[in-house]
Parts: sequence; structure tokens; C-alpha cells
Amino acid sequence: MRFLKNEKVLNVFLYLFLGIIIAMPVLLVVGLFFKSESVLHANSLSDLLFSTEWKPFQGKFGFYSYIYSSVLVTMLALLISVPICLFAAIYLTQYAKSVYLKVIQPVIDILAGIPSIIFGVWGILVIVPLISHYVAPFFGIETAGYSILAGAVVLSVMIIPFILNILLEIFKSISKELPEASIALGATKWQTIKYVILRKAFPGIVSSVVFGMSRAFGETIAVLMVVGNVAQIPNNIFEPGYPLPALIANNYGEMLSIPNYDSALMFASLILLVIVLLFNLAARMLISRYETKI
Amino acid sequence: MESKISIQNLNLSIGKNQILKNINLDIPENQVTIILGPSGCGKTTLLKCLNRLIDLEENVTITGSIFLDDEDILHTKSDLPGIRKKMGLLSQRPYPLPMNIYDNIAYGLRINGIHNKQIIRESVEHNLKQVNLWDEVQHRLKEPASRLSIGQQQRLCLARGLAVKPEIILADEPTSALDPLSSTAIEKKFVELKEEYTLVMVTHILRQARRIADYVVFMYLGEIVEHGTADEFFNHPKQEKTKAYLQGIFN
Repeated sequence: MRFLKNEKVLNVFLYLFLGIIIAMPVLLVVGLFFKSESVLHANSLSDLLFSTEWKPFQGKFGFYSYIYSSVLVTMLALLISVPICLFAAIYLTQYAKSVYLKVIQPVIDILAGIPSIIFGVWGILVIVPLISHYVAPFFGIETAGYSILAGAVVLSVMIIPFILNILLEIFKSISKELPEASIALGATKWQTIKYVILRKAFPGIVSSVVFGMSRAFGETIAVLMVVGNVAQIPNNIFEPGYPLPALIANNYGEMLSIPNYDSALMFASLILLVIVLLFNLAARMLISRYETKI
Repeated sequence: MESKISIQNLNLSIGKNQILKNINLDIPENQVTIILGPSGCGKTTLLKCLNRLIDLEENVTITGSIFLDDEDILHTKSDLPGIRKKMGLLSQRPYPLPMNIYDNIAYGLRINGIHNKQIIRESVEHNLKQVNLWDEVQHRLKEPASRLSIGQQQRLCLARGLAVKPEIILADEPTSALDPLSSTAIEKKFVELKEEYTLVMVTHILRQARRIADYVVFMYLGEIVEHGTADEFFNHPKQEKTKAYLQGIFN
């Protein structure tokens, strides 16, 4: 590695590796775009995105119900997990003794490391029957339990450790003199959390939510196992849905004798990627606008 | 000499470490009291006891009493925010709240239930003028406070503390992060403020203490070694340790 001591050579190497990192997402998008070109030629973009007509044998690929399921499952999962994580993080960093944090940290790490198939099995064994026997009947609805809600519950449990971990880091990184300044002015602890800590942490909170969203949006196997996999616009969250990753995983390599089918699945991946990118972009913009204000 | 704060038999430990040992001290009203001492001698902890920010720490055991006027604030039933409101705090580095300059001052009023816009506006202007910051920021009140220079931020923090109308100002090495000019501005302000407030300042800068102190407390390893008026302390120190510290031949 002696040649790395030469500054110029080192610089070239550093740029090279940086280039690889930057090139990866670009190559992914470009590659997926070329692969999905033939389905884009055969169908109009608005048909692909906003039609529910899914008739591969007639060459009709309408992704709307898949996109709808994906977005619905993800949003519902965030709706469940974000408040839990936020309150847990506030409690652990602001109220609880530091021992609690030390105990909970490895638990979070273990939760984050559990393979998603296990969450899927847990969903089938616990969540699906729970919904079909107790939750749905409570609302007067009959369901087999394989539903958008089941997918969302399983997903929310899966993303909780990731969101919580980021939130804990963010709250811990706020120096304790800042809340002290607020408390010294006569603010109560809750006022301090509400007006000072949450404001300070806001950009980080947005980042954590988007990170959780990106993970939830692309999660495949655990959702696929409990969501029912019926391509439709569900009337309520107790009906089954069919998210994009499940569509790709279930069909890739199976139906490729149908013309344009593999291209359509590539397009599905492209949609996934673009939606995640858009959410990240929106979050970046939100954060940078906010940061000019504090 | 009236005393504003009276500390009696104060002992404090964090875990098994005794930080403060049998502190007995009267802090005179409307004067600048300087707490001197090397790092780690318990100066900051003593300050934190006064406004009970020490409550935020874990595993703390306190015994003794601290009387503010006639109320023992360590064993009081009245609410803590009310006690803390009576003491403005200036920390080592300025910590502006994550909001704009105007709201930084308005915050203390709003949390104390004042929402009249007229009153808030007047208070913001008055207190920014108090710390000589008004001219510099009057056209940029809606900008984030974090864009101010450190010296300006520290003056903003002082204004923020004054806005809630405290009786006492506690300062923990308030000039240690500032340039000489900003430091002088803060020191001058302190001397002016003693007309209306009782000031308690922790510092390890001997010259600063000589410049502004009326009353000096010298601490070492959690104990008060000596305390007295500035004249007594600097010109006629009684203890050997104090003499050594003043001559800079300490440790």
C-alpha cells in the first residue's frame, strides 16, 4: 500500500470509490428504465400508473391497485410505528433512568436483526387470526385476516427498531444545556420537550420517518405472507391488497413466457425506486426549508 | 449587608462521590458574588443547586438548606418552575433556543402565560436594549438565533433571562467561550445589573474576579476555603491556600 502515500494517487482512489457510491443508484434507475422500455412502448404512462386493468395476456398492465396497496400498507405502518417510537424515545431519553436505555438498546438491536421471514410467520400465526377473530368482528366485518391491516402491523413492528434507533441517537445528541436553558426560564419539562427538544429534533425526526418509510415500502416477504395478495382497491383495511414488492417476488421467473411481463415487473421495480426517491427528496426539501427557520 | 440567599450545611453527593462538603454561605443582595476555584471543585454544582437544575441529574443526594429570602427552596412545596423563574441562568456557552431571535425572548414570557402581543413586543425591545443588542438585531428579529455570533448569542441569552424578570442572575463562566470584546461587554453589563439584581458568577479567571467582584467565595475540592468582600479577599487573604491561589502557585 506504499503507493497510497502519494497524495495524487490517493486522491484518484478516493474519487473512484466515491464515484462508485454515486453511480450505483444512477445505474439502478437507468438499468431499470431500459428494461422496462418495451412495456412503456406498448402502454401509455398514465395507463400504467393509473389504470387498475391487469390483463397480462392482452398486454394490459395497470399498476394502480398495486401502487395503492403499497402506499396504503406503508402509510398505515408508519401511522402505527412513528407515534410509538416518538413517545418511547422521548421517555427513554428525557424521563427514564439511564439504566433503562442501557437495557433497551440491545433489545432494539436484536429486534432489528430478526430475519423478515420470522416476522412473516409471526404475522400468520398471531396477527392474521387476531384480526379475523377479534379485530374485524369488532367492527362488524368478516375477513380471513389476510389483509392490508395485517401487513401494516407486521411492517410496523419490523420498522420500529430502525426508527427508534435513529430517534434515540437524535435525542441523545441534543446537549443537555439546551433543555436546561428552557427549564431555567421557568418552563416545565413538558413545555421544554414540546417547544425546544422536538423543534430541535424535527429534521432528525423527518429523516427517521422517511428511513422507516423506505424500508417499509420495499419490504417483501413478511408483507407478502400476510397481505392476501389480491390485486384490488380495498374498501377497507380488513380486505387484502397486493403491494408492488409482493407482485415482483411472486411472479418474477414464473410468467416470463407472456410478452412484456418481465418488462412490466421491471417497471414495477422502477416505480418502487422512484417513489422512495421522491419521498427522500421531499424530506430533504422539508428539512432544508425548516433549517433556515431555527 | 442584606443576604439574598443563605446556604446552610449543604452537602451533596452524586453516587458515592461527595461533591459539596458542608457549605455555609450568605450571598449578599444587589452585589456581584464571584465563586472562584480550580476546575472540578464543585462551583458549577453549587450554582445548579441554587436554581435546582441539579434535580435533572441522577443519583443525587442533598442535605441541608438553601434559603431564598425566607423560603427553603430545597424543601419547599411551591412549584419549581416558579422558583427557577426567579433566577436567570447564563451558561458557559450560549444555548439559543431553536427559534428566531424574537421568539427566543418571547419564549420565557409565553411559557409563563403572557400572550399579549403588545407586552411581548415591548419586552423584547426593552431587554434587547438592556444588553445592547437591539441596534444590531432590530432588523433581523425573525432570523434564527443560531445565525448570531457567539458573543451576540450570549447577550441574547442574558436578555432572554432578564425577560422573565428574575431577582437573581446565575452565571457559569459566562465569558469562557467569548472573545475579549464580548467578554468585556458582559462584565460591564453585570456591574450595571447589580442595581436591580443579585448576581452570582462562577469563574476561574482571577483577573475577571478582581475586576467585578464585590464578594468572593473561594472553593477547593468541594469545600469553601474562604469567603469575604473583594477587598478582604484579594488584599488580606487569611488562608494559606487562598494566598497560594492568588499568587498563581497553586497545585
